[in-house]
Amino acid sequence: MLAFIVRRLLALPLVLLALSLAIVGLLQFLTPEQRAVAFVQNEQQLRNLDKVIREKGLDQPFWVQYSNWLKEALRGNLGFSKASNKSVVETIKERFPATLELALFASVPIIVIGIWLGTLAALRKDSWLDQLARVFVVVAYNVPTFVMGILLLVVFYGFLGLAPGPGQLSPENQIALILNPVPRRTGMLSVDALLAGNWPVFLDVLRHLILPVITLTTVSSATLLKVTRSSMLEVLSQDYIRTARAKGLPDRVVNLKHARRNALLPVITLASFTVMGLLSGAVITETIFAYPGIGSWGAQAATLFDVPGIMGFAILTAIVTVVVNLATDILYALVDPRVRYD
Amino acid sequence: MRSRFLARLRRNRLAWLGIFLVSLYLLTALLAPLIAPPRPVGNNCLRDLGAKATAEVYNPLGPVFWKALFAAPASCYQIARVNYRPEPSPPLAPVETEAGVIRPLMGTSSGYDVFYGLVWGTRTALRLALVVVGLQFLVGVLVGAISGYFGGVVDNVIQRVVEVIFAFPGFVLLMVITTLLGPSLEHIILAFVLVGWAGYARVVRGEVLRVRALDFVEGARALGASHGRIILRHVLPNSLTAVTVVAVLDLGSVPLSAAALSFLGIGLPVGYADWGQLVAFARSWIQGPPGNPFGYWYVSFFPAMTIILFGLGWNLLGDAVRDALDPRGA
Repeated sequence: MLAFIVRRLLALPLVLLALSLAIVGLLQFLTPEQRAVAFVQNEQQLRNLDKVIREKGLDQPFWVQYSNWLKEALRGNLGFSKASNKSVVETIKERFPATLELALFASVPIIVIGIWLGTLAALRKDSWLDQLARVFVVVAYNVPTFVMGILLLVVFYGFLGLAPGPGQLSPENQIALILNPVPRRTGMLSVDALLAGNWPVFLDVLRHLILPVITLTTVSSATLLKVTRSSMLEVLSQDYIRTARAKGLPDRVVNLKHARRNALLPVITLASFTVMGLLSGAVITETIFAYPGIGSWGAQAATLFDVPGIMGFAILTAIVTVVVNLATDILYALVDPRVRYD
Repeated sequence: MRSRFLARLRRNRLAWLGIFLVSLYLLTALLAPLIAPPRPVGNNCLRDLGAKATAEVYNPLGPVFWKALFAAPASCYQIARVNYRPEPSPPLAPVETEAGVIRPLMGTSSGYDVFYGLVWGTRTALRLALVVVGLQFLVGVLVGAISGYFGGVVDNVIQRVVEVIFAFPGFVLLMVITTLLGPSLEHIILAFVLVGWAGYARVVRGEVLRVRALDFVEGARALGASHGRIILRHVLPNSLTAVTVVAVLDLGSVPLSAAALSFLGIGLPVGYADWGQLVAFARSWIQGPPGNPFGYWYVSFFPAMTIILFGLGWNLLGDAVRDALDPRGA
């Protein structure tokens, strides 16, 4: 098992190497001047593009450019992001916890709807609950994230005034936070505010999280629900379940211990899929709700042609995906004793 | 086999809804110039068609009719901008323009005619989907077939590349590639193909592995057929069913991803007729004017409905096709 983990972790640098090679490779389609614009930080540099090209070696052959980039990257310098007006590393440090916060809040309803509702829908097949689950899946599958987000905003903020508008905080709390900042411990504003005992800010952050969390939940839990339901139905029809019922075990034990544990095996493999969906979903959700995470930064970097920013964003995404995939595989081996990695 | 497929498809009532919706969108795309005809104001479509008045578009005896239908100039894909007032105007409300008062059917958003944008946007969406899926199919099937047929080192290398692509959230990859290539229709297509071929290659490879081991392939080889001939004439024709279903489903998902991209402002330039843009415009008009929270409902409602019904139609059709092809189904 340990050998497997180490081997997989060793693959991470290779994936990152391939990714960065591909990105720098794609940049070769541009002229040196276009590349230079991507690295410009102020107007002076913009007037003297030739100097930028020479300094950064942007007219050099591909492998020179790449080794320059790699040298800097290995020193922990991923460049300067125009989109956030900070270095890429600093931006990630600042914004990644916010995305994590959003994902953590979303993971609760995703698991509840996906696994709990999925199980119940299978146990009470064709009941009103099952129908509800089916409607939910159809809606979630057919409404793209950005349309869902906009419609939620239009209805609950615009029409009904029930939910707060885009942003992480209301203006008055933003001012309050500037005057009286909460100490940054985790980088997740809700947790930090809670730790500092700042209830108004804490509650305000939660209120602002409701619509983004609903958006992310809808798009991410549909597949989970569908797979849980069908996997559960399949397991419930098997002989050992009938045996368990025949020998008089209570329904609860049969359903949850005998059936669901086995039904969840294929669901675990979905975990990495779900996290990837969350990452893509975060780009759109954070943009719609003006949420200061890495997703909205990535989108901004893309619109501003902020190449260091978009590279940093891609590299971070790659790291997260590789780690999550690894965690999924390990979890799978832990849950299913038949799986061995040797 | 084929008739049973059709019979199953016919029995499925939801499939009919899917077929209806999809045909509606296909017709809208095809007949866009007749449904949302170019006006003398808003864009240069009419001028570039060589027409003086909108009526010429409806005359099948004149050249303008055919040109508009099958070779519309690029300027027609610019959403007609009837004025420069940022504020939306409601459906059918009169709008003052240089060419007199007009009444846009679904109102205007940032001065753009919403109806024109949605109708021509349908054309953009389906054009993009056809080109993208066609290229993805071509590249994916070829690479997948080579990977599965020859095996060994070739297969190994190709599969590693496929794994790297799969290990990455597709939308993020699409976003990164489109950004780095620079925004234009061609680059969006290229980005889609670079990201999407892997899915086809994986499906085809699996099928080719199965078919390769069958007796008739052995027979062809014994008769001295070349690798190319075996792949193209014997293996591939028997390996394409699954990948065709994937392609049909993708025709519905590519436009949605493209719309999401342009919603973020990546890809197509501002003003290009495309659904994502119109949803992006709606972001500024979430709240109605003071005292009337429902005031700007049309700005988000029409684009959102267009996108949702499109997704619904393709999904229903896709589900039905999958069910009908599934040998385990009743």
